[in-house]
Amino acid sequence: MKTRTLELAVGAFLIAGFLAFAFLAIKVSGLSFAAPEGSYLVNARFENVSGLTVRAKVTIGGVLVGRVTGIRLDPETHAAMVEMAIDGSVKGLTTDTTAAILTSGLLGEKYIGLEPGAEDTELQPGDIIRDTQSALVLENLIGKFLSNQLNKSTEE
Amino acid sequence: MAEQRTPGARVAGLGADALAIVEAVGRAGIMLFHSVATVPNLRTALPLLARQIYAIGVLSLVIIIVAGLFIGMVLGLQLYRVLVDFGSEAALGQLIALTLNRELGPVVTALLFAGRAGSAVTAEIGLMKSTEQLSSMEMIGVDPLRRIVAPRFWAGVIAMPLLAMIFSSVAILGGWLVGVEWLGVYDGSYWSAMQNSVEFGEDIGNGIIKSLVFAAVCIWIAVFQGYDAEPTSEGISRATTRTVVYSSLAVLGLDFLLTAVMFKGF
Repeated sequence: MKTRTLELAVGAFLIAGFLAFAFLAIKVSGLSFAAPEGSYLVNARFENVSGLTVRAKVTIGGVLVGRVTGIRLDPETHAAMVEMAIDGSVKGLTTDTTAAILTSGLLGEKYIGLEPGAEDTELQPGDIIRDTQSALVLENLIGKFLSNQLNKSTEE
Repeated sequence: MAEQRTPGARVAGLGADALAIVEAVGRAGIMLFHSVATVPNLRTALPLLARQIYAIGVLSLVIIIVAGLFIGMVLGLQLYRVLVDFGSEAALGQLIALTLNRELGPVVTALLFAGRAGSAVTAEIGLMKSTEQLSSMEMIGVDPLRRIVAPRFWAGVIAMPLLAMIFSSVAILGGWLVGVEWLGVYDGSYWSAMQNSVEFGEDIGNGIIKSLVFAAVCIWIAVFQGYDAEPTSEGISRATTRTVVYSSLAVLGLDFLLTAVMFKGF
């Protein structure tokens, strides 16, 4: 085989390999090199975040506006602190904004739904959202349902 | 004939076998050291390397792509059947991507690589030995370890991680083809479930480390079996078989060890 065709084939192979690497990095693992330009961080305090993961979606009215960037335990209150990066184009979130951990589908992934409030003061970067609704824990729900049924049947 | 041996002779035979194995591992280590631990002359080494990447990598591309496509499509079909019972077919992309990047990509590529490229390398070097090309090289002062073994070793180490990544990518697209285009999983949730759960360092990085380890082991076994082959046609055929068997077993065993170390939970 001529050297030129050989080198062309090897070059094409190497490029295909690097393209596959880029595909895996960007499309499959969703790697972005930094938080998008102009996004700001907001914290929220939850009783329970079970099932929520880093890089979960943050939505307002079902529209994607950011990602969860960190989950840690507040050492004093033992509440879960969730840090999220919100897209800079989303402005005017008020201080009484509420955050809820929602599930897409019955057993799908967990995400955070924000609901803007009516206050005049705006949420500043780094502020903490306190009015939150925790993740739905299926076991607790079933337990409550069963004890309700039990109470009803004893009353009758 | 073995039945007529005395018990003492049998024990002695066992010991001799064990010594032969240790000796072979020693020879393999020394051979690898002498071929790799030299400063290569870039002007002559690079064209040799390119030729070997062509033989080992480019020519393996077709089998890797076809195998990847079908494995991805089968995964899509099978996992969809299970997931749809739980109403969670949105997790299809996540499952396919994690299985491929953590396990199937590196392992299946290594097995195909051992069968396609490793056996060819063994047969080639074995034939060079039996036709005394290796001894002639030594006669004219060319070191066959540097001229023959080293380029093949490095070509394998370079080519296999690339092949594994191509395999995983094609398989993920194959799973997409079946899951999204055919069975009707929502396109957005296929990719977003995948991106939410696949970690770049944890999953893809560890997959690449795995395939680097498999590459080094497979190609090392292949060049050594060729270099150490009995210089007869029967000896070469035995060496080729040994390459495929040893490589496959080494890959599967190492995969267990690496997985235990890499994904120990949390």
